[in-house]
Amino acid sequence: MIWLGIDTANIPLSVAIVKDGEILIEENTSMAINHSLRAMPAIDEVFQKTGIAPSDINAIAVSEGPGSYTGVRIGVTIAKTLAWTLNKPLIGVSSLKALAANALYFNGLLCPIIDARRNNVYAGAYRFENGKLTAIIEDGHFSLGELIGKLKSFKYPVLFIGKDTSLHKDQLIDELADHAVFAPIQFNLPRASSLIHAAQQFEEKVDIHNFVPEYRRIAEAEANWLKAQEKGNDHG
Amino acid sequence: MKKDLYILGIETSCDETAASVVKNGTEIVSNVVASQIKSQKRFGGVVPEIASRHHVEQITLVIEEALQIAKLQPKDLDAVAVTEGPGLVGALLIGINAAKAFAFANQLPIVGVHHIAGHIYANQLIQPMEFPMLALIVSGGHTELVLMKEHGLFELIGETRDDAAGEAYDKVARVLGLSYPGGPEIDRLATESDGEVEFPRAWLEPESYDFSFSGLKSSVINYKHNLEQRGEHVNPHHVAAGFQASVVDVLTTKTVRAAQEFNVKQVIAAGGVAANKQLRTSLEAKFKELNIPFYVPPISLCTDNAAMIAAAGSSMFESGIRGTLSMNGRPGMELVSWNK
Ligand SMILES: Nc1ncnc2c1ncn2[C@@H]1O[C@H](COP(=O)(O)OP(=O)(O)OP(=O)(O)O)[C@@H](O)[C@H]1O
Ligand SMILES: [Mg+2]
Repeated sequence: MIWLGIDTANIPLSVAIVKDGEILIEENTSMAINHSLRAMPAIDEVFQKTGIAPSDINAIAVSEGPGSYTGVRIGVTIAKTLAWTLNKPLIGVSSLKALAANALYFNGLLCPIIDARRNNVYAGAYRFENGKLTAIIEDGHFSLGELIGKLKSFKYPVLFIGKDTSLHKDQLIDELADHAVFAPIQFNLPRASSLIHAAQQFEEKVDIHNFVPEYRRIAEAEANWLKAQEKGNDHG
Repeated sequence: MKKDLYILGIETSCDETAASVVKNGTEIVSNVVASQIKSQKRFGGVVPEIASRHHVEQITLVIEEALQIAKLQPKDLDAVAVTEGPGLVGALLIGINAAKAFAFANQLPIVGVHHIAGHIYANQLIQPMEFPMLALIVSGGHTELVLMKEHGLFELIGETRDDAAGEAYDKVARVLGLSYPGGPEIDRLATESDGEVEFPRAWLEPESYDFSFSGLKSSVINYKHNLEQRGEHVNPHHVAAGFQASVVDVLTTKTVRAAQEFNVKQVIAAGGVAANKQLRTSLEAKFKELNIPFYVPPISLCTDNAAMIAAAGSSMFESGIRGTLSMNGRPGMELVSWNK
């Protein structure tokens, strides 16, 4: 069983090939380089270096977001095109869940964080119990305060995962004191191998044509339009 | 005997997700377009983020349909041509990354096509191009006169200094309270009209082949404003007819002058505004008088489509042009000759 994993949801890029439960190759970078420049060359590279042909793979796992809208779309577009044209199953994994899967055995809440600017974050909270990764707080777009409020209602210590946690570390410590634990650097980048593991263990294959990113946020223009519609209805 | 050349074209530069297979650069085998116009209508224009979201929903579906209609397998293709720019960057990136992934998986070469080269090469799907040729490109984002002395050799002899013709149509339509996209609406009102308001023509310098439409747009706004100030009724039919008369007059006159100066063998019009009935009629009449062959592709090939991208891509492919897996979206891409 050969898996290709792709994560371009945020600044980091990760691509891996996992064969029969073993990581053959994984490329992880975290540089602010447009994914359109790097993603396909990186995918080409992992195939070249392993000598595996694209048609040899059995499944594709991709990070479905949330994250940078453009970043997520690049990975999802590549993954769905490859899966469709190679006729292979496609499995989407939340970019947050994939980060949580970097640190499965923490006994508490796993809280992956992706910065969404203006003191907002994409985040979720997961528990790893009996071999299952369960969402305690569903992935979403929160103000940091909102997220902290939710986390406080649980008695568990919280492991914050993701390179963006450093942006909010002070406030998290202020509010959660010694309940806040921070993942070591090697857990903070999304890893396509973790993504593949999560896809294998926790997810079902998707309908390729209809597969779209999980933006976790409605587009601004659409939000404004909906608001205007509601107003129109109130008056009329 | 030369083997037939099959190119898959992909276009996502704005609000149409399109894929097509073209044979030998001249023959449409399939041409699939998924339009977002219904969705974008809500916003009165194309919202880039919404456009990108729709492209991801449609992209593999349109490619699959293009191949199914063509009754071809990926291995039957010779290359993938995709719009590299100009356009909305987030939208371009969907077509480009789908094209790269498809090309990679099927070991096909990839060619990055300039959107306007595509609009020009739409002509080749109708009849062979003859050089020197003059192309009038009039679309939502462009108003250009391009001279071609041979395949893949472009000389920009005139362009808009402000708004594109289609943009002017859409803005004036908004002023008149018409729905998006405004071009066809103004065209309809103008055709139905029983009179017209006199608006100025922007000729610019006597020698210039450049265009300018923002002054005309301001004249329309001022005209409407003045009437409203005086409490008088604005007749949208008359305004539309007057606006269109000015646009058509300038476009026709400059295109005719350029065709004569450069002694061209063929004139073509392309882009969404080339769908305009009055513009077509006016150019047709003038060039008939001058005995210069003039063509406008059918409307489905004037507006954004992937067959035109595949047509231009075929010519580029035959000239040995190849893209790489690091192809990026180029929102401000310049039209560069590939045959130098
Ligand atoms: N009958 C018509 N008369 C005038 N304008 C028209 C007509 N039909 C369409 N248009 C205009 O054509 C434009 C759309 O053309 P097209 O799809 O070629 O442009 P685009 O692809 O948005 O821009 P570009 O090709 O420059 O990137 C719109 O501005 C629309 O109002
Ligand atoms: Mg166009």
